[in-house]
Amino acid sequence: MMKPVYIRPKSLKRTPFHYCPGCGHSVAHRLVCEVIDEMGLQELIIGIPPPGCSVFAYNYFDVDMAESAHGRGAAVATGIKRAYPESVVFTYQGDGDLAGIGTAETIHAANRGENITTIFINNAVYGMTGGQMAPTTLRGMKTTTTPYGRDHILEGHPIKMSEILSMLDGVAYIERVAVNSPANIRKAKKAIAKAFQVQLDGRGFSMVEILSPCPTNWKMTPIKSWQWIDEEMTGIFPLGVYRDVTEKTSAD
Amino acid sequence: MAKILMDGNSAIGEAAIRAGCQCYFGYPITPQNELTEYMATHLSRRKRCAFVQAESEVAAINMVYGASVAGARAMTSSSSPGISLKQEGISYLAACELPAVIVNMQRGGPGLGSISAAQSDYFQATRGGGHGDYRTIVLGPSSVQELADMTMRAFDLADKYKIPVIILGDGVLGQMKEPVEFSREAPAVLPIREGSLRGAKGRPSRIIKTFTSNPSELEEINWSLFRRYTLIKKEETTCESFMIEDARLVVVAFGIAARIAKGAIKNLRSEGLKVGLFRPVTLWPFPDEPLKEMSKTIKQYLVFEMNMGQMVEDVQLALAGRGEVAFYGRPGGVIPNPSEVARVISRLYYQKGLK
Ligand SMILES: Cc1ncc(C[n+]2csc(CCOP(=O)(O)OP(=O)(O)O)c2C)c(N)n1
Ligand code: SF4
Ligand SMILES: [Mg+2]
Repeated sequence: MMKPVYIRPKSLKRTPFHYCPGCGHSVAHRLVCEVIDEMGLQELIIGIPPPGCSVFAYNYFDVDMAESAHGRGAAVATGIKRAYPESVVFTYQGDGDLAGIGTAETIHAANRGENITTIFINNAVYGMTGGQMAPTTLRGMKTTTTPYGRDHILEGHPIKMSEILSMLDGVAYIERVAVNSPANIRKAKKAIAKAFQVQLDGRGFSMVEILSPCPTNWKMTPIKSWQWIDEEMTGIFPLGVYRDVTEKTSAD
Repeated sequence: MAKILMDGNSAIGEAAIRAGCQCYFGYPITPQNELTEYMATHLSRRKRCAFVQAESEVAAINMVYGASVAGARAMTSSSSPGISLKQEGISYLAACELPAVIVNMQRGGPGLGSISAAQSDYFQATRGGGHGDYRTIVLGPSSVQELADMTMRAFDLADKYKIPVIILGDGVLGQMKEPVEFSREAPAVLPIREGSLRGAKGRPSRIIKTFTSNPSELEEINWSLFRRYTLIKKEETTCESFMIEDARLVVVAFGIAARIAKGAIKNLRSEGLKVGLFRPVTLWPFPDEPLKEMSKTIKQYLVFEMNMGQMVEDVQLALAGRGEVAFYGRPGGVIPNPSEVARVISRLYYQKGLK
């Protein structure tokens, strides 16, 4: 008998992805679904997808899902979790969504220690609306609204959400990962599993920031976009664990 | 149950708890803080209930959205500037056909305006308020007792028609104390709406969404919303008439303005003027049929509002030229007293030769 090397996760629908070739969203979706399956969460999890390239995430995840208004994922998740604490709730948000329009909701949900998990897709651009500058756009990076390259004097600096959020006492676990190599993808999956475990244990807010290629708006081949994450993005957004209270006996 | 003396804001809170409200999300703004504080005191520690002082009105309405997604009876409250911030969320609630109760204790505007009572958010409330083609049910209370009763009704209507319901009060109603009686005890088991998202256990997974890349699908969603609105109009339109049987002039007013007008009308009646009051209780749906009916016998109307003339447009639409409509308004949070309104009514009454 042949050993299967690839099976579709049970919580991933058969619908073909609409994402561009090489897009990090597809990989992130699959990882979250694998974790949902492995942790047996499919029947108790509720997902909150955002406006953004992942707006149709509910067509792929075979779990209960409710669309959020742009940036409001953390507030919607708060409402669900407070109304039904037995559920496992995750938001799935882009950088424009989480670090731009939804910064306040994100910071305050994290600070309240809402027992929810955020999957944060940092691709350094507004993918869905056609590649405008995101709060996470790197200095010098050309986008449709920084046609001369992001100049920090005029357009500010890339915002580092994992670093900012890791200072908050309500946060239990934050890790920044990337989906640009088999090794990094394996690490990303472990981080997602850990974030959900933190929620199951009632420890507070957890987030996995995923550096995610957007070959289309970066105007690169998929291979080049993987390299670019290593060469440029991780310099500004270093990978690693930013906060983890699970080692301590009690969350402070 | 005996009557108790309560301010309007607290009465809403107590009525909401008795209506099975499980979640309240708010952000401080005068003149409705007593409601947020009441929920902090009386809801936050109740079994299975939740109270969150949100970081903004935007967050609060989206928390309401989340709680409603999960099937809970949920409420938020604010006053005019904060209600403006909630409009995007209300549009999403309407689009997703999610029940919610939103209290607006109006204050003077535009801008930061004043903290005094006003009725300037009538257009915003009755025309949907946010983007897109939708309506919300809008209730216009005019006493503390009505605030209590309408809060319970609001939760029932929201669930029955899967629609956001607005209680359009004002700063006076929220702050004043009156005896109030509550018609229900809090339910032993909190109601959980059918079809909510609580994990896909033993059933296919569910999606709650508004976005579609197919305009005809969205057109059908809009049509189905408006079919429901037609039904609401037929079933739920409510109004109050006071001394209109022999009236030659009818004052049309809602909320606290109707209360002030009623005082004026009582005084004018004792002087022999044949004047009455028509008060829309549901502001949306607006009671245009009763007005149309009334116009067969009564030709002179005076619309009195604490704004620059908003509901007056609905009165004109309802009468469609079958009656003469005058308007008197005080915007910005100025609260006229009954004698001022009585002077306006009697001047019009004599000018029109109704004596
Ligand atoms: C209130 C509001 N403003 C703007 C938009 C338009 N919009 C949709 S998605 C988006 C940004 C998407 O960027 P990001 O969150 O980084 O997600 P990505 O597409 O890159 O995955 C914007 C601005 C909207 N839907 N709602
Ligand atoms: S535009 Fe970028 S983020 Fe959006 S689907 Fe294409 S590659 Fe992915
Ligand atoms: Mg992005």
